[in-house]
Amino acid sequence: MIIELKAVTKVYGGNVQALRGVDLQVEQGELLAIVGPSGSGKSTMLHMIGTLDRPTSGTVRIAGHDVATLNDRRLSALRARHLGFVFQHFHLSPGVPAVDNVADGLLYSGVPIRERRERAAAALRRVGLGHRLGHRPNQMSGGEQQRVAIARAVVGDPPLLLADEPTGNLDSASGAEVLRLLKELNDAGTTIAIITHDNDIAEWCPRQVRVRDGRLA
Amino acid sequence: MKPARLSPGDVLRVGAAGLRSRPARVILSALGIAIGIATMIAVIGISSSSREQLLRQLDRLGTNLLTVAPGQTVFGEQAKLPETALAMVGRIDQVQTAAATGVVDTSVRRTNHISEAVTGGITVQAASTELLTTLEGEVVTGAWLNDATGRQPAVVLGAEAAKRLGVTRTGVRVWIGNRWFTVLGVLGPMPLAPEIERSALVGFPAAEKYLGFDGHPTTVYERSADEAVEQVRTLLPRTVNPQAPEEVQVSRPSDALAAKAAAAGAFTSLLLGLGAVALLVGGVGVANTMVISVLERRREIGLRRSLGATRGQVRTQFLAESLLLSALGGAVGAVLGTAATMGYAVWRDWPPVVPPWAILGAVGATLVIGTIAGIYPAMRAARLSPTVALTTT
Repeated sequence: MIIELKAVTKVYGGNVQALRGVDLQVEQGELLAIVGPSGSGKSTMLHMIGTLDRPTSGTVRIAGHDVATLNDRRLSALRARHLGFVFQHFHLSPGVPAVDNVADGLLYSGVPIRERRERAAAALRRVGLGHRLGHRPNQMSGGEQQRVAIARAVVGDPPLLLADEPTGNLDSASGAEVLRLLKELNDAGTTIAIITHDNDIAEWCPRQVRVRDGRLA
Repeated sequence: MKPARLSPGDVLRVGAAGLRSRPARVILSALGIAIGIATMIAVIGISSSSREQLLRQLDRLGTNLLTVAPGQTVFGEQAKLPETALAMVGRIDQVQTAAATGVVDTSVRRTNHISEAVTGGITVQAASTELLTTLEGEVVTGAWLNDATGRQPAVVLGAEAAKRLGVTRTGVRVWIGNRWFTVLGVLGPMPLAPEIERSALVGFPAAEKYLGFDGHPTTVYERSADEAVEQVRTLLPRTVNPQAPEEVQVSRPSDALAAKAAAAGAFTSLLLGLGAVALLVGGVGVANTMVISVLERRREIGLRRSLGATRGQVRTQFLAESLLLSALGGAVGAVLGTAATMGYAVWRDWPPVVPPWAILGAVGATLVIGTIAGIYPAMRAARLSPTVALTTT
């Protein structure tokens, strides 16, 4: 069990109930979509699963670790080793070559700089950008930038990849390319959760988790 | 599960990466620190150079020259040295060379058409022939007085006196008392006896013969071996005036130079304070830049947190950035301050000196400022929630 949420609630500012008791279990190797309209609580679920925030009540277990028992340092280490993130807006450092952007994915894993660069180059080849190692984000298309971001997320071989609207800023052709890449990674064994409001993408995934008003539908 | 540590190289790399992406802002905020450090190093460097210059001058001139002058009588009147003073000083064993001058109550003028009241601050003095060697002075043009010319209406002018009279060559005549004297020579600078620079010097016999001089010297100069100076100093009053040794004043002209050197070394605290204020303002500038940087880079901070950075590592990153920023300013400031010291010293013909402790102090100051300026922004960055990368667009 890679993701295990039990009766998770999240209350913001004392009265905004973002999650009202969510139970979710995800097996190793699944490809699932967490889908719902904006305001449904799917982003809060991403925060919970990504260990970026703690629940108000309930239990969150990621790769067997109970988030509530981990302090900030251990939680950070959990993210460094078990989790990869892909964002809607890529979040690449401007002016920094693709290979160094990807190498930053290993910065907090204690890997020396040389090995980081080598593994980054390998990860870029894996996403089909082996010819773009020295290119900077502003020299690449949106689709290519998102593939660089995916390479950064998987360069440390995390068992779980979380993608937040990964195609939200892309045209349909680039979006399809990114989804194909995610499928490839899933086939290779990585558990992938795609957070989206797009029903087509949700239908494309083998499993859909629908969120509405802070509950799973 | 324990987080991995960042290597020192990675800390530097991450800190520098933040600076590289905003070069203009980095230069402007480092400039504040640079100006402060440059000011302080230049102040310390220039005063050290000035002191070094004076110490070297002191070394060159020696500290073995003593002067004897009349003090006051017990009734508060101006005392006189005996006419035999010079001869008596010469009899002290340790004295290597001695000379005397006596102030003559008259004035020197370019011509007799100029009023007697216009002295130009030049003193007419009788001088013994050993004066030049005792003071280790030199003649710039012409010749010094000897036994023969000392009896003639001939005059040697001190450097300043010649300048004030407008005399640049020998052979011209100047009006002293009520007759013409021929200029025999002009002397060079006398750092240990500036009163000689402002004097017109005639021989003792000439002064007595033509100018009504009473023959009492007003200053006796003597040089001895360095180690005998203190001994000679105690002997001088009794030797010069056995009847009234308390009416004799002995002083050491080099003491004035030594005091000047000590004063020059004690650099101007006002200027130093000015540098400190500039440094402080520079530090505030760095803190300001860092706070803005943290606000602008919320997404980057969130991203790093999602990649596995701990709060401590985010804090370290921003502290490193702040330290690098002020260290950059400090390095530029140290170079500028040293260059300013060099330039000023060369212009004044001083030996340029920048004490190593000043550079070390500057480095220490920038590190302290970088840390203080970075603490608050770094804490703010570390306190940011990791979710900002996902929520901020």
